[in-house]
Amino acid sequence: MTTMTFRQALQDTLRAEMLRDENVFLLGEEIGVFEGSYKITAGLLAEFGEKRVRDTPIAEEGFTGAAIGAAMLGLRPVVEIMTINFSLLALDQIVNHAAKIYGMFGGQAKVPLVIRTPGGGGQQLGATHSQNIELYYAFVPGLKVVAPSTPADAKSLLIAAIRDDDPVLFLENLALYNTKGDVPDDDTPAEIGRAAVTRAGRDLTLIGYSRMAHVAAQVADQLAASDGLDIEVIDLRSLRPLDRPTIIESVKKTHAAVVVEDDWLTYGIGAEVAATISDGAFDYLDAPVRRVAMAEVPLPYSKSLETAALPSVDDVINAVHQTLDAVGRRHQKVGHD
Amino acid sequence: MTNQVNAPRKAAGRPVAAKSVKSRAAAPTKRTARAKVAKRTPAEVAALTKVYREMLLIRRFEERAARSYTQALIGGYCHLNLGEEAAVVGLLSALERTDYLFTNYREHGYAISRGIDPNRVMAELYGRIDGVSKGWGGSMHMFDITHRLLGGYGIVGGQIPLATGAALAIDYRGGSEVVMCTMGDGTTNIGAFHESLNIAALWNLPIVYVIINNRLGMGTTVEKSSAEPELFRRGAAYRIESARVDGLDPLAVAEASAKAVSAARAGRPYLLEVVSERLRGHSVVDPAKYRSEAEVVQLREHDPVVTFGAQLVRDGVIDADAMAAIEHEVTARIDEAAAFAEASPAPDVATLFDYTYATPVANDSRRLPGQPLFDPAPLPDPGEDQ
Repeated sequence: MTTMTFRQALQDTLRAEMLRDENVFLLGEEIGVFEGSYKITAGLLAEFGEKRVRDTPIAEEGFTGAAIGAAMLGLRPVVEIMTINFSLLALDQIVNHAAKIYGMFGGQAKVPLVIRTPGGGGQQLGATHSQNIELYYAFVPGLKVVAPSTPADAKSLLIAAIRDDDPVLFLENLALYNTKGDVPDDDTPAEIGRAAVTRAGRDLTLIGYSRMAHVAAQVADQLAASDGLDIEVIDLRSLRPLDRPTIIESVKKTHAAVVVEDDWLTYGIGAEVAATISDGAFDYLDAPVRRVAMAEVPLPYSKSLETAALPSVDDVINAVHQTLDAVGRRHQKVGHD
Repeated sequence: MTNQVNAPRKAAGRPVAAKSVKSRAAAPTKRTARAKVAKRTPAEVAALTKVYREMLLIRRFEERAARSYTQALIGGYCHLNLGEEAAVVGLLSALERTDYLFTNYREHGYAISRGIDPNRVMAELYGRIDGVSKGWGGSMHMFDITHRLLGGYGIVGGQIPLATGAALAIDYRGGSEVVMCTMGDGTTNIGAFHESLNIAALWNLPIVYVIINNRLGMGTTVEKSSAEPELFRRGAAYRIESARVDGLDPLAVAEASAKAVSAARAGRPYLLEVVSERLRGHSVVDPAKYRSEAEVVQLREHDPVVTFGAQLVRDGVIDADAMAAIEHEVTARIDEAAAFAEASPAPDVATLFDYTYATPVANDSRRLPGQPLFDPAPLPDPGEDQ
């Protein structure tokens, strides 16, 4: 184990995979000379040269599509899209092409592509630069979408994504780049499609991913200290496929769930998780599944407005209390307690 | 690099004068099509006959596809290469077997000209298991990895970044192949076209972009949709060498294509505009009411298959008996393709989930519409866990 930042884990992993496989190369805006807007690719141009660390023009559709085409011929491009907001400019290439090529042509061409891109609000970047639109991609069969929350997962999921023969959207978060954690020294890939129970508990299941996995863990710790609550925390890690069995197993044990998301509520990932629980654990629920999500507005610049719009630790704590109150009322009514 | 002007400027109507077909015709064998038969070697006669046969094969294939479509044997959309036979055959004649081809959704003829068995092309139209894309693609999404036809794309312009990336992969590996990427005239207004040409020029990629200008994007004319209607001139914005050629003359197209491919093989992307005709509507179901009667009459005069066949007879390259024999053989070939397609089984529903992912993944959904997400579970014990 080595303790390092999320950023360092990504950088070390990119470098190691490039050393391991000469088909792996990087392309994106400002990743070479400028060393990346968030410095994930710092030093890689100097080490690997322009062929494998390729600065592109500002042309998301063009260079993302070119990466898909290169992947069809067997290369393993890792695209950096500066923020997930700009991926909308490449939506046609990602959704209509990367996701479809393997199936639409009867399995004749694979697309071993990784798109790394950060999302996340809270940086006062305003409405167009603060979104978490991974949901758009998680909706699409043919794509895989992973969202690590720790440096260890950043490493193991990035290895898995690069070695996978399908297009993988690898979601990063601006607020997590400087967070630290222990990272295993070996290069074992994670299994895409698996969530992690990061804290075992019996009173309620708290579900999040990326930055919200941290908020969930913080809430669980705080409520253990303040109220003696025993909360189970699930970090989804993979948004497509979604690990439904892990969610269901947990809720069957805890009988209550709160989903936390850094995104708008309506039609969101939380809605999918709630529907999953309704389908798979309806008879086990002692309270409605509660979702804590962003206010449904274009995210404002002003700090006071931005803070109000984003889900906070207190918002989650309130939702947990209200859900457990509902559980208590139900138990009183049916006479279990 | 400079742009070449191979045709007179003309604001509207057929941008390339029909007479230029003859004046610029040149066989792959470097002899003009006007030359007397006495001067033709048997190899040259065979080459010209092959071009004609291939054009006729595409023509009869597309006519059969239209018929099968109206008989509801073919579903979805069905865009035909009728009128583009000379362009298709001429363009592909310059490619090596190892080169790659990306096209738009109007690509049956390209698949056939690339050497793919017409049986398998027809079977794809019929949505059968023996189709080139195993019945997953249909008319718009023909793909054959062994013939290096890398699709058939239904989204206008979607193929252009992909083809550019394929050229990037060739360059990355130091290969000698080239990529040819065809598109319609309407496609030159989409962002992907401009982003891709810019990238190809910056990185010196081995790619030929081909605009098949049939003068109509569905029902909208080039003049109404493109501020620079001489589309090949758009290459200048990216310092990409470009040219325009008469797409009704297979030999002129072959010559222009060879030049373009040779530039690309030397690492210089190329933009070739092929001025062609679409003899029918945008797709089989389009009656093309936006065309005048005079235009339709003129179209028939421009029919490249008829024109080229007549030219070969007139020049004594081929006689009437041989023409009839080719017609007979091609018709039989198309009959065989249709029979093969009809006899081919539909894909097994059990294979529905086989092509979502190339790498199997945990918790992948394999649920049919009527199936629940979870098997019905026994009710929990009311006393459990409380």
